[in-house]
Amino acid sequence: MSIDMAQFHQVFFEESFEGLDVMENGLLNMNPGEADAEEINSIFRAAHSIKGGSGTFGFTTVSDFTHVMETLLDEMRDGRRDVTSEGINVLLASVDVLRDMLTAAQDGGDADEERVKASRADLDRLLAGGDAAAAESGGGDQVEEASAEPAVQEPIGWKIVFRPHQHLLRTGNDPLRIIRELEELGPLDAECDTSSLPALRDMDPEESYLSWDLRLNAPVDKALIDDIFEWVEDDCDFAVVPVMPEGFDPTAAVPEPDAADQVEPAKAAEKPEIKEAPPAVERRQQQGDRRKPAAKSAGAKAGGGGASSIRVDTGKIDSLINMVGELVITQSMLGLLGEDFSIDKLPRLREGLGQLERHTRELQESVMQIRMLPISFTFSRFPRLVHDLSQKLGKQIELKMSGENTEVDKTVIEKIGDPLVHLVRNSVDHGIEMPDERVAAGKPETGTVHLSAEHRGGNIVIEITDDGKGLARDRILDKAIERGLVKEDDNLSDKQIYELIFMPGFSTAEQVSDVSGRGVGMDVVRRNINELGGSIEIDSEIGKGSTITIRLPLTLAILDGQTVVVGEETYIVPLVSIIESIQVKSNMLNMVAGKGETFKLREEYLPIVRLHEVFNIEEPKATEINDGIIVVVEAGGRKCGLFVDGLLGQQQVVIKSLEANYGKVEGVSGATILGDGSVALILDIPGMMRLAADRDSQAGLAMTA
Amino acid sequence: MAASILAVDDSASMRQMVSFTLKGAGYEVVEASDGVEALNIAKTRSVNLVITDVNMPNMDGITLIKELRGLPSYKFTPLLMLTTESGADKKQQGKAAGATGWIVKPFNPEQLLNTIKKVIS
Repeated sequence: MSIDMAQFHQVFFEESFEGLDVMENGLLNMNPGEADAEEINSIFRAAHSIKGGSGTFGFTTVSDFTHVMETLLDEMRDGRRDVTSEGINVLLASVDVLRDMLTAAQDGGDADEERVKASRADLDRLLAGGDAAAAESGGGDQVEEASAEPAVQEPIGWKIVFRPHQHLLRTGNDPLRIIRELEELGPLDAECDTSSLPALRDMDPEESYLSWDLRLNAPVDKALIDDIFEWVEDDCDFAVVPVMPEGFDPTAAVPEPDAADQVEPAKAAEKPEIKEAPPAVERRQQQGDRRKPAAKSAGAKAGGGGASSIRVDTGKIDSLINMVGELVITQSMLGLLGEDFSIDKLPRLREGLGQLERHTRELQESVMQIRMLPISFTFSRFPRLVHDLSQKLGKQIELKMSGENTEVDKTVIEKIGDPLVHLVRNSVDHGIEMPDERVAAGKPETGTVHLSAEHRGGNIVIEITDDGKGLARDRILDKAIERGLVKEDDNLSDKQIYELIFMPGFSTAEQVSDVSGRGVGMDVVRRNINELGGSIEIDSEIGKGSTITIRLPLTLAILDGQTVVVGEETYIVPLVSIIESIQVKSNMLNMVAGKGETFKLREEYLPIVRLHEVFNIEEPKATEINDGIIVVVEAGGRKCGLFVDGLLGQQQVVIKSLEANYGKVEGVSGATILGDGSVALILDIPGMMRLAADRDSQAGLAMTA
Repeated sequence: MAASILAVDDSASMRQMVSFTLKGAGYEVVEASDGVEALNIAKTRSVNLVITDVNMPNMDGITLIKELRGLPSYKFTPLLMLTTESGADKKQQGKAAGATGWIVKPFNPEQLLNTIKKVIS
């Protein structure tokens, strides 16, 4: 049979990796000393599936390795082995190794042999250490036994006594099937014993009453015969006696065959011969041959590459299809209307266009929904991370998670992982204290790190909260002054001080640990999050803990924007960044040293960024502050005013990458195509802030010089 | 009319392999991903053979076999289970539940077809 097994590999790998996640999560949920049957069962099931699949699809090293894990899990499941923290750790490590093996197999290579060996040795040691070491029983026993039976003299055939128990038919087995199979081994003589057959009216048609004396005239291996009877050995009496050549007494040759004594009376009077004509066998073989090509042609190779796929809830697809249906209806309605249009049909046209707009928007939302994945894809790695880290550091930490089902754009899922790992590591490493420190501070020994996600007003908010020691405000300030990041007489709020840890090159860890690195990462974390169009904030209380809040836009592909006009150009300002738009009189302007042009808005001095200056617009309509409008925007906790000619309107825009089509432009995050076909640039507000800051510091330098 | 086979396995890749092989050999194949789903299918239509994995969520293969064997229309239907070489006691439990026989994992498509041919003609 030539079925190309490679076509199933992709699915096998996908489900195996899912299985590994199940195993990992299950293992992390297990507590030493407690055997939660359901938990172990699901871990076992995952291992079992991986083993079965890898064996079937030809990844024998994987299945051998998984077999050892499975044996260990099986013993835990049956209560033959205690669940120890060592056992959990060894299994966790072997899950990692297994993941490497599968990844390697997927890429067509082999995993690091040394690691596999080491992990295998750990598992074997654990297995051998337990009292259930004997549980490792080879399955081939029966066959080996049979074939190992020393045959002093080769038999020329076999005499088989087959006496089904009455319930045999109700196991789905059929005596005829067994006899036919025997026939395939060689020429077979069959005699049927009907002596147990009751009178017709006493007969239960569901019972089996017949017995057979069979003689197989071929010197086949006894194991082959045993194989045929394997399924029914408990549902019948059967004996296999070798037929020896010339004058051999068959009954004497085999000492005490299992059921020979019961079978003896079977040699009774009436023995109608049932004899299948040999052609039947041939016919069947022909059939088998005919089937082969069919399977072959169907076995066309399916692409086996490592293409990334996305699992979409069928509900989402259904709603998409519905939407498309609506769209088609609207389209045909409009088409009909257009065929002979007269001005009195204008209201119907308007109505139709309104519907078209609504359905298009719904369709758009549905399509965006497909890209939305629950954030649990990202969160799922943290239990393991926290488990491993706390073991390494000797801390006791409980990780709580909430809102794992909050849906986030796939790109966000992919990009938010690393920053989150960094932040959680920080909380575990620097936030949570050692158990004795915690007890001394009157806190429970076990620290808590809480990871949560939720939708809040068009944003995804991810929070990492720990009940550790909190940020050391004074130490951060000292460090910042020492590094020249701030001046000693700068009057900073707590919040502004905490913000300092996001400055490049800032680190307060007295001892650099290999867990959270050197602290240089926080500025990178902020940059990564800003690139996703999000923001990060930190809040902390000494002795109580810290909370890091990350805000991210729901999607990266569409943005609610305010269109503004400067000269002949149109720009888009992301609506989320806008606080308000106001007209400013020139007498409200101030020139502040180091800050350039500013204006006062409710006790705050905000720098003004003139867009026509930034983008070198030739003929702006407004150069005087009185003539234009100031759009007050906020990013990263700072505000500024963008000076534009005027506001146009609000609209949703589809973001097109400028970088991919042109190149990176400072202060611009992308571009979009407007309804009239023209291109408008989307302003990058954090970038504008940086531009303003650079310009101001230059201006400041110029002024002080 | 082609014999119909109900293939039950929680692993999609195994299900695909089994189903693909059997369809290639001309059988009609219905798939289910666990015992509960399989039992519901079995109750609403008749099949000539059931092949089920043992370890599955919701309802395992042994329970499924027991339930099926209890249904009047499945009294004599061949019920096969997919089991691993280490599952000697599973085979016994399966037999006790009413299984006709078993196919030992790992198996290749040819072994699968040979076994199936044994029980349905």
